[in-house]
Amino acid sequence: MKPGMGNRTVKTGSRNEQRSWPEGQAAGAARQMGMESQHSEAISIAEYLAQHESKGLLRFITCGSVDDGKSTLIGRLLYDSKLLLDDQLATLESDSRRHGTQNGEMDFALLVDGLAAEREQGITIDVAYRFFDTERRKFIVADCPGHEQYTRNMATGASTADLAIVLVDARKGLLIQTRRHSYIVSLLGIRHVILAVNKMDLVGYDQVTFERTAHEYRQLANQFGIENVHCIPLSALRGDNMMSASPQMSWYEGDSLLSLLETIDVSRPEISRPFRLPVQWVNRPDQNFRGFSGLVASGDIRVGDEVIVLPSGTRTRLAGVINPQGESDAASEGEAVTLTLADEVDVSRGDVIAAAAHPPEVADQFAAHVLWMADAPLLPGRGYWLKIGCQTVGAQITEIKHRVDINSQKFLAAKRVNLNEVAYCNLMLDHPIAFEAYADNRALGGFILIDRQSNATVGCGTIDFALRRATNIHWHQLEINRHARAATKGQTPSCLWFTGLSGSGKSTIANLVDRRLHAMGYHTYILDGDNVRHGLNKDLGFTDEDRVENIRRVAEVAKLMVDAGLIVLVSFISPFRDERRMARELFGENEFLEVYVDTPLALCEQRDPKGLYRRARAGEIPNFTGISSPYQPPEHADIHLPTVELTTEQSVERVTSRLLGQTTHV
Amino acid sequence: MTKSSQSHLDRLEAESIHILREVAAEFANPVMLYSVGKDSSVLLHLLVKAFAPGRPPIPLLHIDTRWKFREMIAFRDLRAAETGCTLHVHINPDGIAQDMSPITYGATVHTDVMKTQGLKQALDKFGFDAAIGGARRDEEKSRAKERVFSFRSAQHRWDPKNQRPELWNLYNARIHKGESVRVFPLSNWTELDIWLYIFREQIPVPSLYLAKMRPVVERDGALIMVDDDRLPLRDGEQPMMKRVRFRTLGCYPLTGAIESDADSLEAIIEEMLVSTTSERQGRVIDHDPSASMEKKKQEGYF
Repeated sequence: MKPGMGNRTVKTGSRNEQRSWPEGQAAGAARQMGMESQHSEAISIAEYLAQHESKGLLRFITCGSVDDGKSTLIGRLLYDSKLLLDDQLATLESDSRRHGTQNGEMDFALLVDGLAAEREQGITIDVAYRFFDTERRKFIVADCPGHEQYTRNMATGASTADLAIVLVDARKGLLIQTRRHSYIVSLLGIRHVILAVNKMDLVGYDQVTFERTAHEYRQLANQFGIENVHCIPLSALRGDNMMSASPQMSWYEGDSLLSLLETIDVSRPEISRPFRLPVQWVNRPDQNFRGFSGLVASGDIRVGDEVIVLPSGTRTRLAGVINPQGESDAASEGEAVTLTLADEVDVSRGDVIAAAAHPPEVADQFAAHVLWMADAPLLPGRGYWLKIGCQTVGAQITEIKHRVDINSQKFLAAKRVNLNEVAYCNLMLDHPIAFEAYADNRALGGFILIDRQSNATVGCGTIDFALRRATNIHWHQLEINRHARAATKGQTPSCLWFTGLSGSGKSTIANLVDRRLHAMGYHTYILDGDNVRHGLNKDLGFTDEDRVENIRRVAEVAKLMVDAGLIVLVSFISPFRDERRMARELFGENEFLEVYVDTPLALCEQRDPKGLYRRARAGEIPNFTGISSPYQPPEHADIHLPTVELTTEQSVERVTSRLLGQTTHV
Repeated sequence: MTKSSQSHLDRLEAESIHILREVAAEFANPVMLYSVGKDSSVLLHLLVKAFAPGRPPIPLLHIDTRWKFREMIAFRDLRAAETGCTLHVHINPDGIAQDMSPITYGATVHTDVMKTQGLKQALDKFGFDAAIGGARRDEEKSRAKERVFSFRSAQHRWDPKNQRPELWNLYNARIHKGESVRVFPLSNWTELDIWLYIFREQIPVPSLYLAKMRPVVERDGALIMVDDDRLPLRDGEQPMMKRVRFRTLGCYPLTGAIESDADSLEAIIEEMLVSTTSERQGRVIDHDPSASMEKKKQEGYF
């Protein structure tokens, strides 16, 4: 710790009453830097700091279509509030001459479109953050792209905003894009919108045009449940109604844009929300200290208050708080704190410490809105990582209830969710978590989805409510467990999962393994792809969605059979790594062996035992693995069978000996 | 979301601490880039706070170019010792072999070899999977577009057109072996916030930030301090004593001073309130075409 910190009083009330800048401290700091303190300046800067600190912060986004003048509006705000510095202005002037779209006059858009590709194409690709402040407030502006293809970047900007400025061109009125932007705004829970009807100069500052657009927008906002809407007629380029009332529009009696931004109240009605802290980090420097660090998501707490740790449900009391200023006896929303508890309870990253009297729910199945942000579609049944609060859990979409067309907001049936689409889904996690509805608590209700192969952030979502099914259907504990069943059979139950191209020899090898095991007295069963598709899965086709579901069902059936004590041989093309991983995760350690029947495509095609390749080549079979649908070979198969090098007998030997724990002689 | 009793600086402080703890929790081998400047000083201060009463679990890394102000090096070692942080220092050995300097090779080559290449070498050598830096979005236009957790390929490249979406404060830290993430906990701070926080928290910074009589030469419109005898004087150049200070700190031949009387933190803040140029103006290397920062960043520069 630096010198001087020990003198600091611990914060107990409002910061402004507490902060004082005794001469001694300032002088100490100045001396550290080899300076003499200047008493009078210390006082005036202290006053300024106090004023600066008490200033509120407003985070807002701007969104609009390509030519609505969004970047111009921000550039104008920065320019008129004199926040552009000389060298930035010089750069802007030279950039305006080089890339500008205003005939060499200042092109404010160039201030915010910071990427080379953006300036070249004259569009905004990614969200840019700009900072300015006035006497009354500090502002962080996220300038969001308007193109549908960059919706995910708009969502990035919107997720941390208190307010949105939606721009429309007065000549064009509301567009499809306006609907889309407003829908995303409402989806992410932004409760305040300013409709900026821009380019009023181009419609002769006509009041009727403005009123019509404003009226239409209020109806739209109402439909989306956006509570607070303000409409302003302006010209960002000319500066009308930007900083102050425009003489051109004396018929407009509302605030200018800046004065509205300075005064609008975005705080939530003062309802007391119970305490929640997602545990981010277990701080354990030595034997004597064990603290739990995190950002307080909501509420207040004092030392001595009873808390509950979720999902375990353990109760204890708050023993102490360390905040950035030192030790304290209380913690409240927004603070980054470290808590100590009265008892030695088991708490790890991802748990939630909450007020014992009002704990959040715990569940593993949810209804949620999901915005998909990746090129490869979301497929129900496929496994993703879900990050919420401070934890990452396995998750899958179990059902797409409907897709929402983000332009028209119509509900559509869907089997997959594509890039920039929104869907209302049921989700299942691999273990229960403490959560709250997004509408009540962003920190405990907002999540991202991460692809398990590429690690890319592929989706985001907002939890609506838990599915009761999860809590009401209890797992029925069977009296005779799997070990007992296996014991009577004298074998270790397991699943042999054969994957490979059509015609690679999976079924042949699986059948021979089965025959040998049977002869040795083992209890076995074969699940064959073709056979299962005649019964259990006869409703499924060969699209990506159906392939995922096909594998999910077979994996579940195989699991039941393993529970029953059997050795199950699954012979399925199972082309996707994700689904094979999903299958593997249903089983215990060492219960699942992936067998890769590795036969080159050319050879399979040459064999073509069922004539399928020929038909696929002729275009008669769509989505045929290896031809028109990909096969992702296993990266770390438990058993690898390169069939070009091995005889069938050697392959069978390799599988059985591995299964039975013998050394391979092949 | 907003809590009125929390000041603006409190909110920034809490956000940065949250980010630092995410890094410690999510990465196997993170590091903090410590460049000795004011932003690094704030970062180091926040790092200590984030893990108090324990010691910070993240080491520091300084990419030395051998042309830093002498005071910076002394200050660096002192602060590392005071905070109990492990400090790694790396100098590009190729640069030493070539006797790289901004004088003979120019600012662009020197910066690329000693900073960008040096950084990549150090990250590879230690196998760091996350590197925390003090960059802020208000500094420059391409920085304004960058995520807090900014993904880098195994070749350390940034792809500005294809950044991971970043929602709320949920940072995606998942990477494959060899890939890495640059993390910017001060993304939402402005230069003024930095100084106000340094003042509020009494954070030590190198005295180069404060005005003092120093030997300088005027060169290509910038005031360059003669920090040691390695700076060759051009014809007619005569070091003169001027009351100057620095708004950013880097390699001394590439860092322009400003004439100033601001010899205390209070005076610096006051001066900034009436300032008419941005801080990067003093950096010789940024005066390339407008997209130069974006280009350098794509190549691995911090």
